[in-house]
Amino acid sequence: MSIESLIILIYILVLASYLGFELIAKVPPTLHTPLMSGSNAISGITIVGALLACNELGYTSLSKWLGMAALVLATVNVVGGYAVTDRMLKMFKKK
Amino acid sequence: MTIAIQLAYLIASILFILGIKFMNKTKDARRGNMLSSVGMLIAILATLVQIQSVTFVEIIVCIILGSAIGLYYAYKVEMTKIPEMVALFNGFGGLASFAVALSEFYLKSGADTPEIDGIASTSIILSVLIGGVTFTGSMVAFLKLNGSISGSPITFKGQHPLNLLLLIAFIVASVLTYMNQSDPTFIIILIVISLLLGILTVIPIGGADMPVVISLLNSYSGMAACATGFILNNNVLIVAGSLVGASGIILTQIMCKAMNRSLTNVLLGGFGQTVATAQADGPSIVVKEIGVEETAMLFDSASSVIVVPGYGMAVAQAQHVIRELMEQCEKRNIDFKFAIHPVAGRMPGHMNVLLAEANISYDKLVEMEQINDEFSNTDLVFIVGANDVVNPAARTNPQSPIFGMPILNADKARTVIVSKRSMGKGYAGVENELFGYPNCLMLFGDAKQTITKVVSEMKDMS
Repeated sequence: MSIESLIILIYILVLASYLGFELIAKVPPTLHTPLMSGSNAISGITIVGALLACNELGYTSLSKWLGMAALVLATVNVVGGYAVTDRMLKMFKKK
Repeated sequence: MTIAIQLAYLIASILFILGIKFMNKTKDARRGNMLSSVGMLIAILATLVQIQSVTFVEIIVCIILGSAIGLYYAYKVEMTKIPEMVALFNGFGGLASFAVALSEFYLKSGADTPEIDGIASTSIILSVLIGGVTFTGSMVAFLKLNGSISGSPITFKGQHPLNLLLLIAFIVASVLTYMNQSDPTFIIILIVISLLLGILTVIPIGGADMPVVISLLNSYSGMAACATGFILNNNVLIVAGSLVGASGIILTQIMCKAMNRSLTNVLLGGFGQTVATAQADGPSIVVKEIGVEETAMLFDSASSVIVVPGYGMAVAQAQHVIRELMEQCEKRNIDFKFAIHPVAGRMPGHMNVLLAEANISYDKLVEMEQINDEFSNTDLVFIVGANDVVNPAARTNPQSPIFGMPILNADKARTVIVSKRSMGKGYAGVENELFGYPNCLMLFGDAKQTITKVVSEMKDMS
């Protein structure tokens, strides 16, 4: 990777973190648990990396097996995280 | 084609941001979660197109397996066990990033002429470290939360020097990994150290500090995804990872503030252990007991009630019967609210989820800052399974280990009833002076059983 593209990535990191701080500070405490499980699901974005990592032919390489393990784990994280968050948010009702 | 894929990643990033933005209002939150999940789907589909899925079968098998486990757990889990689930899933996220980083390392180092540049190897090493710490740290937190291992802090002599030593060893091994790319020994050292560090950093932290730990591990799992983004030069991982990282840090800060402790103090651990011995010979408190019938009568004659729920309510599964109590009070036009302390429960916002599950409208749940002035005008405060968060020693006694912690002013109410199993101390191991106050009455027994009786008494009255 070139230094130029590294700097672009750092730009994205800094701006996205700042945006994250601004947005999350406004989330009401009532929703902190769903926020956490929902953001947990978002951190499953590493699934993109897992898909790339297990895309190798043959079953002999360690890196492919690691990729497949990562894919299962990340899918649990993504699917389970979004599902449980939805289940919780469905319960928040105002009467 | 590449442009289309990049655009898809951009759309996914925007959906993640909007998803969190929608969480700002309770009524929009569910839609926000939906948007975020659509973003994830787009990112996954774009990746599948990008790699032209030469290994389609394996990918499908892994995704079906992961989805089945995830869905099963998500629909099976009890709301009291959400902290355990979040801890476990944080761990999975960390382990996934860890595995992706290692996969990338073995792929590159296994080439005939291994060539991993400084930036890539730094990203891989960071991803291994953060992912590994997140994984084992979360597993320890999970085991502490579900009671498989003791929730009390585990400390030993030389703990901190050991952690420092491991960190230094990690840095040395990192340099060696970079310099000897075809030699896999050093990466194994890195793996072992990062897994060890996760365990060592979480074991000294006590059970009631888990809200802080889970928030922090949540943040780590985001940072691990971020580090993976640097390995793969992929923007969507960095955007999503930093959002999660920021979210975890903010929640960590809120939790620390609510306990009047610094993050360093929480992380160094051992809280509650030394304190308990120091306080053991304090003056004992004389309390007044109250029975079920009198409790029902006090509720009947009150015109305003505030309930203060704590983790004990979750343990006793008393939230549903408290809703019945609320219905009885509302029939009598009694003003009925809940006061939620930020650290009540085992994770941020845990009480709100439990009460929402019991079908209690979320506008009845009031935050500490908003409700604290109302206590002095309240007839009856009912404390269920909470202790330290209502201990007036936090205001009055500079010697107390919880001095300075913001508390709910429950003691200011005309009458206070405390539902408690026995006279046990709170997590901080401190006597609660409130229990000895003239306006405080103790309703001993299992919260679910005693409140059920109170409710049936009230039903008989009307």
